[in-house]
This record gives sequence, structure tokens and C-alpha cells, in this order.
Amino acid sequence: MGKIYDKIRNLDRRVVFLFIALAVIIPLLYAVRFPEFPTPMAKGVFDHIERMPEGSRVLISFDYDPASEPELEPMAIAWMRHCSIKKFKIYIMALWPLGQNMAQGAIKRVILKDFPNYKYGIDYVNIGYKSGGQGVINVILTDFEKLYPVDVTNRPLKSFPLFKEANSLKSMDLIINISAGTPGLKEWIQFGSDPAGTPIIGGSTAVQAPQLYPYHPKQILGLLGGLKAAAEYEKLLGDKYPQYSDVKLNKGRMRMGAQAIAHIVIMAFIIIGNLTFFIDRARGAKKG
Amino acid sequence: MTKKSLIVFILAVATPVLLMAETPDLASGAQQSEVVQTQQAAPSQTSLAEQQAPAFTPVPAGNVKAYDTPDDGGGSASVEWTSPPKDAAKHLVSFEILRADSPTAEYSQVGIVSSSDTSYADSSTQDKKDYWYKVVAVYSVDSTSFKAESEAVGPVRSKGQWFDKKKGYFGVLILLISVAIIYYIEIIKAGKKTFIRRIAGLEAIDEAIGRATEMGKPIIFVPGIMDMNDVQTVAAIIVLGRIAKTIAEYDAKLLVPTSHSLVMTTAKETVREAYTTAGRPDAYSDDIVTYLTDEQFGYVAGINGIMVREKPATCLYLGSFYAESLILAEVGNSIGAIQIAGTAQPAQLPFFIAACDYTLIGEELFAASAYLSMEPRQLGSLKGQDVGKAIAMLVIMLGTLAATIAVFGVGWAQKIVDFLTEKVFAAI
Amino acid sequence: MKRTIPLAITFIVGVVLIVSKFIPHMPFGTLGEDFSVYFDIIATFAFILGGGNLLKVHADTIYRQRSGWGYSAICLIGFFITMVIGLLKFGAVNGRIVVGWPGDWKGDIADPAIWFSSIYEYVFKPLAATMFALLAFYVASASYRAFRAKNVEATVLLVASFIILLGRTFIGKAVSFWVPINRPGPDIPRLAEWVMDYPTRAGQRAIMIGIALGIVATSLKIILGIDRTYLGVEEEK
Repeated sequence: MGKIYDKIRNLDRRVVFLFIALAVIIPLLYAVRFPEFPTPMAKGVFDHIERMPEGSRVLISFDYDPASEPELEPMAIAWMRHCSIKKFKIYIMALWPLGQNMAQGAIKRVILKDFPNYKYGIDYVNIGYKSGGQGVINVILTDFEKLYPVDVTNRPLKSFPLFKEANSLKSMDLIINISAGTPGLKEWIQFGSDPAGTPIIGGSTAVQAPQLYPYHPKQILGLLGGLKAAAEYEKLLGDKYPQYSDVKLNKGRMRMGAQAIAHIVIMAFIIIGNLTFFIDRARGAKKG
Repeated sequence: MTKKSLIVFILAVATPVLLMAETPDLASGAQQSEVVQTQQAAPSQTSLAEQQAPAFTPVPAGNVKAYDTPDDGGGSASVEWTSPPKDAAKHLVSFEILRADSPTAEYSQVGIVSSSDTSYADSSTQDKKDYWYKVVAVYSVDSTSFKAESEAVGPVRSKGQWFDKKKGYFGVLILLISVAIIYYIEIIKAGKKTFIRRIAGLEAIDEAIGRATEMGKPIIFVPGIMDMNDVQTVAAIIVLGRIAKTIAEYDAKLLVPTSHSLVMTTAKETVREAYTTAGRPDAYSDDIVTYLTDEQFGYVAGINGIMVREKPATCLYLGSFYAESLILAEVGNSIGAIQIAGTAQPAQLPFFIAACDYTLIGEELFAASAYLSMEPRQLGSLKGQDVGKAIAMLVIMLGTLAATIAVFGVGWAQKIVDFLTEKVFAAI
Repeated sequence: MKRTIPLAITFIVGVVLIVSKFIPHMPFGTLGEDFSVYFDIIATFAFILGGGNLLKVHADTIYRQRSGWGYSAICLIGFFITMVIGLLKFGAVNGRIVVGWPGDWKGDIADPAIWFSSIYEYVFKPLAATMFALLAFYVASASYRAFRAKNVEATVLLVASFIILLGRTFIGKAVSFWVPINRPGPDIPRLAEWVMDYPTRAGQRAIMIGIALGIVATSLKIILGIDRTYLGVEEEK
């Protein structure tokens, strides 16, 4: 017993890694799923988009890279789906160089696959990436064409009906920003949404979310922080639009099973660590 | 240099603030002459349907005003209006803003906004040129489009302002804090004693360097993953200079992997100077500071490789970090190194606190250089920061109290809250 | 001279940029953005120094056959392959390999037919995602080591971490037996939201205020030349 206790007390970190690996791999392989109960924050974001009329102009900025794609892509896809279902005019851009690739991926997976009637230039447009972070936002606040003379297909912006209707951030009805760092949601709030008077909704990694909660509700309508919030949004979307209710179409919900089990494993290790700590302290008190 | 620069600095910052006292009269006077208001005009109705159109009388936008956009650099004129009455507004689709160079010239569209908007900023104007504006309300009734044009308003001339009045209070705050910092620098230089609280992480640096020297293992210093335009990186390089001097004196080995070329060149200069100041220019080598990669996870993978191979006894992480912070700290822990971290990224602080031996939280990173040098001028800046904190605490308490009292409908309390939110902090 | 000119440039540029924040009139209005762009241009040219240093360090390791020289070789091979493929825009057109894809050098570098895009998709993306995924393991090992109830504050931290860990998953709702599962109420997920909304937010705000003041003080010291170590210039005594 004593040997077992010593082994547990001096647990090799690789044992922890092994358990975490199993806790993530097994639920993913065996499709372990749990029900989702959307929080008021996710509901608020969903309801706001749901209330917007057809033809509303929405700017979506993809400010993340492949490292945070597993956490942020589910919410990006959910928003693209929601905006396409609601027949919004979608303006797509990126402030991160690799965000452009993320945007292309989302367009391929959502618009090109599920919405063949969506016409490029009329219903959606991708103007791509420009370097400069908040500088880009400062310029497009008043005029897209000053910084984006052409879109990703090298066609002039003025040739698209979408830009005849709206030529600046101020003309947008909503900004949706999915961000993993800087430049990101903070910059969009400070230099985009606030000066333009255009409402903004954000998605961020769970680690970043506490820094962004102070902006809610005055400066940001709602915030989806992390994979859980993405899964909640997917649930709301699936409930309202049955074509997206199948869990297999929702990566956020698929991954939450693994997250839940991994959290339990982490908690178990924390409990074990505290137990050994208290036992050692009691033993030390007895000897002393 | 410091006294002269102090005077120039205060003059440079104070002048725009003093100008604030003069400009309002000019601006409001000028603004009054530039704001042109139209009376409710008879609608000029244009029906675009050739078939029998549904019965609908489009109503134009009311109270159209046009003026030079305030507090900007020129090239912009603003147009404001009020929405038509509810009965008409339910068919409203959008507003078109038209502009011409003279009241009788042809008008061209410069913008289009949604039906819920009641203002538009035209940022394509040329300064010192007169413009006239019209607002066209666009309606849609049973797929038939109706338009109602307002009367023309003008002339409006855009121009740049020399002072952004919205930032006046912000300027006063910055001035107060800056003057406090400079004041304390001067009085501590003059010999006044001051109390500075202990920061365990900074006191441990000497001990950590000594440990590495005794063990004959290197010290790794990671200055963050951002470039030299991030003030945290600059703060980290300043601390590197001080630490490198100690390391040179102890004759220990230093490794500084960097993620940006400019950080690499700056760090090389800093470390070379530190070694020279310590009297050990012979100990300096170009291999101390190396460039790995700009890419976040490639950088941390490279550092992890260095840590696992070189097995440093001390790891110092000072600067701006993002998601890679925990990876660095855990690998450092696995090799048994003593770890001191410091960052002003609030999201990464919990990871460093959990995994490192000592953590400098937020402003402690910026205070590090003062602590390590113990120079009076540096210490004075710490006291000046405390004045800033005192101002922040006072304003928070005042605002919280006023907001709480305002809930009960007390007028003066609401005025305080409005003043703070709309005037003082609006521009920040 | 070596000391004075950089300090003078720092002072002038610093003061001008601070003042330009309050003056919208041109040319002050856009100075901040213009200087950001100048910095980006300088940083881009400076890459030559960084890239050169990288090549020098790894080439030296290979030449002297120091331990780990194999990794240096891989690094250099990867560096050159990516650079050549990217610069020359290698791609495939109708099964033929072309340089300057699709032949006229006007192809989009992100097009799947370009090999550079394949390096991004099949090498870079998985590597970046893998490194990020390591965090899951390290969070577990760090939590196991750090979350011990040694004192009151550590116990509060431990309890809060449990609330968040449970509240961020379905388990939190399931164990909140005092609230029916299909109804909103003061359950653990709601408690987790409260923890994020109030104590965490308050703490974050306080830290951010301190950081802002620290930045003001550091920037002032740099502009006034009190801190000059970063210039590689000896401090004034």
C-alpha cells in the first residue's frame, strides 16, 4: 500500500499526459456526446441575429490561424450558416494573414456546399487579408475601397452590387469577429464598432474571453468564448433549423464530449494531488 | 537632457490642452455658421412605377442639417436628419445622400444608409470647397419604389480641426499622470527617501543567476513573441540589459532566443553593451542572441528544443506572451529550472502563476528595470504611477457611488455619471 | 554622437506621436498609422538579418557537428524548400509541373494547385495545431501540481477552478440536482458565468489599469531618455 501511495505521490507527468490523451481520444472515437444547454449569452447572440431582417449587411472578420482553428472554426461555421439561412449580405475579410485561408475554408464548407443559390458579389464577397491591424479598421470605417481596391479574385470592388449598397463599416448592420488574439475583437470594438456605431458580436478562445467580458453589454452585444459557447450556438441553430440538427454536422458539439471527459480527468488528478498533500501534512503534523 | 526635455515635453503636451479653452468659441461659432437647417419642405415625389402604383405619399426626411464633421482632420462633412413619421417609416428601405457643388448643379449619390440611420458622414469632400446636400428617403410598397427628396442644405465646407475636443479630459488625465511621474523623479533625484514594496520575483533574479553559475548551466531569457513596437518587449529588453550585466559579472552563460529580427538586433546591442559595461567584452559572443522564427508555435518549439538540450538552470520569461506561455513554463518545470516570468498579458498570467516559481504581474514587469537598478530617477517613476492609481481609485469610487445613488433618481448623481461616461471616458 | 542622435530621435518622435493623438488636422491626424506602416517596412527589411542569423547558426552547428546537428540540417532543408517553392510558385497545370503557376505568375498563392499551399495545408497547419494541442496536456499537469489547498487563497482558487471546470461542460448541469435539468436556474454553469462576470472581470480590470499606468511610465522614461538600455547605450550616471 505504501509503495502504491508513494507512486501516486510522485506521479510522473507522463501518466497524466496518458490519461488526458485517452480522455480525449476515446470520446472522439466512440462519439461520446452530451446534451447542450445554451446559456443566456449564447441565446442573446442567437436571438439578435435571428431578429435581423433578410438582406441585412453583415461583415465577418476571420482573425485566427490554424492553431486556434479547432476551437474557433465551429463558431465561424455556425455563424456563416446562420447568416446564409437568414439571407444576409455577407462581407468577408481577415486581419490575420492565415485568417484568409480560414475564411476560404468556411466559404467552401458552408456557402459553396449548402447554399448554391448564393451568388458571389451579390450575396457574399471575400475581400481577403490586409496587413495593418487597427490601421485597416480605421480606413474601412469610412471607405473600403481606399484599402481594398480589389477582392481576392482581383476584381474591383466597385464592380460588385454589394459595394454599391454599402461602401464602409458604417453601412454594415452587424460586425461578427472571430479572433484568437491581436489584432482582434478588442481592436474591432475600439476602432470599428464604436466609432461606426455598428453593433458587434464576437467569438474568441476561452482563454481570451475574460479579457473581453468587460466590454459586454455596452460595447459588444454578445461574446461566444471557447468551444462550449460554440457548441451552445450550434444547438440553438440546430433546434431552429432542423437541417443542422444532426450532431455530425456540428464539430463543436462533437468535440464537447471529449472536453467534458478531459475536465473530469483533470479534476480527478487535482483531487488526488490534494489528497496526497493533506495526508502528507497530517503525517508531518503527527511526527512533529 | 532630462530637465530640458521635461520642459519641452510639458509644453508640447500642455499646449493642446490649453488651446481647448480657446477653440470651443471659435468652433461653435464656426459650427453655427456652417450648420444649415432646412424647414420641412413639400415633398418632391418621384414615382418609378409605370403600372398603376399603390396609393402612397412618400415623406422626405425632416430637419436635414449638414455641417463640417467636428474633431477630425478635414475631408468630411456630416449630414443629419430625422426619420419620417411611423406610418411612412414602416415602408422605408434606405436613405440616399446626394451631393452637389452648387445648389443648382446636378446631384450625385455619395452614400446610402439603412432606414434606421439618421446620419451620414461624407468623407470624400475637399476642404475649403462648398457642397450642398439632399437626403432622399427610399420606400418600397408592394414592390414599387418611391423616393422623396428633401430640400437642399448648404453651403457646407469641411476643414480639419487643430484639437480633438473629445479627448480634452483624456489629455488632462495624461498630463496629470505625466507631471506626477516627472515630479517624483525630480524630488527623489534630489535626495528624498521613498518606500518601495518588495517584489519577490525581482529579488530572486540574483539568486537564480547565482544558482545557474554554481551549477555551470546556462540562463535562458525569452523576451516574448512580439516585436519592438510592443512596449512589453521594450521593457523586457531593458531588463535584459540589466540582467546581462550581472550575468557577465558572474561569468555565466546566457541564451536569448528571439522571435523577430528587430528584437534580435536590439537585444544583441543591449547585451554587448552590458558585457562591456561589466568589464567583460571578451565574454560576449554573437551566439548569445539568436533568431528562431516569427511563427508563434515554431518559436516555442525551438525554445523547448534549446531547453531540453541545454538544460538551463534558470529560465526568465519577460515580455508579451500568448498561448505558448504554458508550454514554455511546463517544459521549464520538467527540466528542473527555476522560472521567473513577467507579462502584461492578463490572459497568460494564470498560466505563469501556476507553473513558474515567481511571476511579475502586469505593471511589475514595467517596474522591474527600476527595481534592478535602484536609480532614483527610476524609483521616482514608480511613485508617479502610484499617483495615477490613486486617481483611478478615486474616479472608480466616485463613479460607483454616483451610479448607485442615481438608481434612486437623484439628479446630481446622474449628472456625475453622465459627465464621466460621456465626457471624460468617451474618447478613451 | 552615437548616444545623442538615437535619444534625440526617440524624444522627437515620441513627443510628436503623443501630440498627434490630440490633433486631427493633417499631417498629425494619420501620423500614428503612418509610423506603424514605417515600422512594418523596417521590420520586413530587418528579416534579412534574422534569416541570415538563422542560416549562420544552423550552418555552423552542422559544420562543427555539434549535438543535434541533424535537426539543424532538417531546419535548413525545410527553410530552402519552402523558400524556393514559394518564390518560384511551383504548381501543377494539367499534370505538368510549372514554375510561376499557372504560367504567367498571376496565380493566387493560396490556390490548392500551388505546392506552397500544400506545404501550408499538410505540414504547417498540422504542426501548428499539434503544438497548440500540447496545451491540453500541460494544463492537466500544471493543474495537478499547482492546485493544492495550501492556504485560504489557494483553496478559493481551487473551488473556483472546480466550478469553472464543471460549469463549462454538461456535467455541471447534470450535478446541479437542485435545478431541474431542462430549466434555467442557479445551477453550476450559471455559477461559472457569475465567476467569470464578476470576480474575474473585476480582477482583470484592476490588472489592466495597473498595466496601462505601467505603460505610461515606461513610455515616458523611454521618451525622456531615462531608460536607454534598449539602445545599447550606457546609462547616464
